[in-house]
Amino acid sequence: MAKQTRKRHAATGKKLQGLAQSVVKAAHAKRDPGIVIPTRALSNSVYDAKRKIITMGKGSQTRTFFNLGMARKFMQTMLIASGCKELNDQGKTTSIRDLFYHCKHTIEGTRENTFDEQSESDPIIEDLEVAIGSLREELGLFAENKGSMVGPMTIVDAGDTIDLRRMGSGGWSVPSIVESDVIQFRKHEARYVLLIEKAAIWKRFNEDRFWDKHKCVILHGGGQPPRGVRRLLFRLHNELKLPVYVLTDNDPWGYYIYSVVKQGSINLAFESERMAVPRARFVGMSSFDVGRFDIDSSVTIALKDEDRNRAREILKYPWFADKREWKREIEQMLKTGVKLELEALSSKDFSFITQTYLPRKLKDKQWLD
Amino acid sequence: MSKKASPARKGKSKSKSPRKALQAESAPPPKPPAPPRARKSAAPETAESMAVQQKEIAVSEFFAKNRHLLGFDNPRKALLTCVKEAVDNSLDACEEGGILPEIWVIIEPANGNGSAAGGEAKKTADAPLTGLASGKGGAKEETQPSLLETVHPEIAQSVSTSLANVTRFRVTVRDNGPGIVKAQIPNIFGRLLYGSKFHRLRMSRGQQGIGISAAGMYGLLTTGQSVEIISRTGRKKPAHRFELQMDTRKNRAEIIKDQELANWPRFTVSDADAAPAEPEEVEHGTEVRIVLEARFQRGRASVDEYMEQTAIANPHAEIHYIAPDGARRDFPREVNEVPASPAAIKPHPYGVELGVLIRMLKETKHKHLGGFLQKEFSRVSLKVAQEICAKAGLTTLTWCSQVVRDQADRLHAAIQGTKIMAPPTNCLVPIGPQQILKGLLKEIKAEFCCAATRDPAVYRGNPFQIEVGLAYGGQLPADDSARVIRFANRVPLLYQPSACAITKSVVDVGWRNYALSQPRNSGPEGPLVIFVHMASVWVPFTSESKEAVAGYDEIAREIKLALQECGRKLSLYIRRRQHAAREGQRRHVFERYIGEVVNACGKMIRVNRKQLYAELQAVAKRRTAKADERFDENGNPIRPGRDELAADANVVVIESNAPEADADAVVPAAVPDADKPKAGRKGAAAKKSRAARGLFDENEGQ
Repeated sequence: MAKQTRKRHAATGKKLQGLAQSVVKAAHAKRDPGIVIPTRALSNSVYDAKRKIITMGKGSQTRTFFNLGMARKFMQTMLIASGCKELNDQGKTTSIRDLFYHCKHTIEGTRENTFDEQSESDPIIEDLEVAIGSLREELGLFAENKGSMVGPMTIVDAGDTIDLRRMGSGGWSVPSIVESDVIQFRKHEARYVLLIEKAAIWKRFNEDRFWDKHKCVILHGGGQPPRGVRRLLFRLHNELKLPVYVLTDNDPWGYYIYSVVKQGSINLAFESERMAVPRARFVGMSSFDVGRFDIDSSVTIALKDEDRNRAREILKYPWFADKREWKREIEQMLKTGVKLELEALSSKDFSFITQTYLPRKLKDKQWLD
Repeated sequence: MSKKASPARKGKSKSKSPRKALQAESAPPPKPPAPPRARKSAAPETAESMAVQQKEIAVSEFFAKNRHLLGFDNPRKALLTCVKEAVDNSLDACEEGGILPEIWVIIEPANGNGSAAGGEAKKTADAPLTGLASGKGGAKEETQPSLLETVHPEIAQSVSTSLANVTRFRVTVRDNGPGIVKAQIPNIFGRLLYGSKFHRLRMSRGQQGIGISAAGMYGLLTTGQSVEIISRTGRKKPAHRFELQMDTRKNRAEIIKDQELANWPRFTVSDADAAPAEPEEVEHGTEVRIVLEARFQRGRASVDEYMEQTAIANPHAEIHYIAPDGARRDFPREVNEVPASPAAIKPHPYGVELGVLIRMLKETKHKHLGGFLQKEFSRVSLKVAQEICAKAGLTTLTWCSQVVRDQADRLHAAIQGTKIMAPPTNCLVPIGPQQILKGLLKEIKAEFCCAATRDPAVYRGNPFQIEVGLAYGGQLPADDSARVIRFANRVPLLYQPSACAITKSVVDVGWRNYALSQPRNSGPEGPLVIFVHMASVWVPFTSESKEAVAGYDEIAREIKLALQECGRKLSLYIRRRQHAAREGQRRHVFERYIGEVVNACGKMIRVNRKQLYAELQAVAKRRTAKADERFDENGNPIRPGRDELAADANVVVIESNAPEADADAVVPAAVPDADKPKAGRKGAAAKKSRAARGLFDENEGQ
């Protein structure tokens, strides 16, 4: 373990102990113990226009023990903290699902469980991260692998050298923790990174060996990219100075994937600093592509109410608000009343997207910023 | 039909007349007694032959046959009625004499050796029993526990089989009353409808002068044994001992024995341990002993319950009761004050019926109508008398003896049409709310008690007063319907609840308004005892056996108002309890998690887990303080000012009887390591209370 890592490791243990100490102190002073948790909501996210990322505001909520609405969550937070402390002491990492099982038991003498579903423990972990200011990785937690990557690049993953040029059809599975002590970059010929929204399209790009032809790293995040994929993007962009392009569907969700990659997410605003790639470019489907590429109207999908609402919501986000191009784009979608999936391009040809669409877009610099 | 007397009726009073024998034989007796002409006979009767049989029926003869009217329907009830009549008389006598009553009630099985106390019983004890032997009624009551048995299950005991088969009992009731002068003893105990109480309007337990002599008569009829009476009127006077039998035809007592005693005989109890405390010398008092055919049972509407309820309604009496199986129960005196002696009043004109009015006119010693009205009735002034007379077309100077039936009719109507002041109410002596509270709390471990005494009211010219007491919670069973205990002039009414105006009024009150559940057409449900007492110069019973109060509107209305008054206070208390319980539940939520949080902290840092546990609980306790609402030594919640219940002298709250607000919910298992309570079901109760109280009160830490 690297020296720096060990230090961080010890600091996390201290922070967890501090949490327990605060409870003891409060009880001793006959006060209601409480944990200050920065609020993870739009209301408490601030767009840092200078750095062009979403950061967490100063707003916070105190989760107190002796409040009927919070008592259970308080107890759960302490359980998760104690579980993380155990991991920390033993120098192990575990999955968030594993931790859920570790902390789940029936409260003695009752029929009540400490946790019922993993959906209960996952947000508690995020609460704990922001409460003590330690990232999930530092707590020794990881999520399931999600996302794949291939490209003209060699990396070292947990000591094993992996040639990303020879990953077959499945690609290299991106782990949840991609910190430099786990993943190191070696020789590469990549000129840029292409993040693809979904696995199916990514497979098309891999099969057509797009990455070989165009010398780029292609990776997907299976929808909204998980933290591992985002962190990897960040490192590729910052350490290898590779520009990042995002290829998504033409719908509000696609826009938001791009937004998260570029500015960070509202829920994990505290991680923007180490995940957001403000210079990422959007090369996804555009409402104007219908005309540009002569796409048949039969493959468009009519917008639903929730699409419209979400689109208007996105339009109001401060990081979109001052961008004329984006405003035009979203308004165009609302005007035409249809959305497009990347697969719509297959109406022309299976490889239209890899052979014509994306190369032309990149060549013509038809991206949005 | 045999013309011979039945062997079972070999009483001394047995008539030689064939008519009498004939009647005695006919069971069940007709009700009312069929006139002789109704009898069917082989040969047609002539008016003359029938005339031979037509004669007066003595009232005692009538009741001998219609004993159910007096409460001797079956052997089980006979025992109760006998005890009840004797005890009622004793209490009345003591109160009239201004003496704090002390009463001994001893019931012994008397099968086989009827001579033990009955002394020189003339008749053979092994005489075949009459057809009354196996009681038909009461099967339902037998299964239900008496009032106090429901509250204190530990006193409930079953009647042994051998005792259940005993058919003959000797009942002895002694009091420390003023005693009875020698000359009156045969009259009082040997004649029906002889007494001091019928001809006056005065609040007392007995009303007609039937009870005790009827009990003696029943005993004589069923066992052939004499009634034994010992009485002494003062220290310097000798005690007299009588043995009496009744001549039912003449309604006269037949004195079998009349002795002067040097010493009052002590109780003869076979089991020395069960012997009641009795004074060395009885200076005054009366003792009556009756042997009768009966059946002893416990449970609802039993002698046991009668004694319990009598003790509740008469907290000034000390009662010693020894059941036939030797089980002894002492009901201590709670109030050292003899109830004020009620004054007798004259009848109110509104209550008098035409027939009575005519009789009174005939019997009065007053010459003129004006004098008659003013002196024989209450609340009739000269002016009112003049008004009545004028309305009837008569004058105050009309001679009473000259008033004819027609005029009497007009006079009666005139009375009803004249505005007359309500009768005086100083003749009523209610038990009083404080005394009711004492009586209830003495016997029932309730957590909340309140009582109310209404102002006197009037029905049919008779003043009456309603009192209500409610005892709630504590050890009372929670899932039962409320017990209604009814009293008339301090006498418990144990039978015919459904026929009684009191029960009906309880059902009529909307108890849901008072935070109690109430099924349709039924009384409230919950851990509740409803005490209702009617005090009146004349309680309108539905029958001579005094079992149910008749439903006059005025009475029902007063009962309802009194119940509502108490109900409001109860609901205030229940709602406060419910609120405290909710707070307790809230704390319970925290408490459930405290153990988890303590363990989590304990895994992260070194900490005294027990201390942390205690400290967190202290914080939880402080934040849910209402659940721990305490009560001061007077039983009132400590909350200065503005507390309706605390300010009310007629409300008593007993915290120690109240369940802990969160007792049900608390699960103490999460107490960290050391001091593990002994696991298992046995310790459950202890754990519960420890978790509920102990953990909060004592800091276990360190």
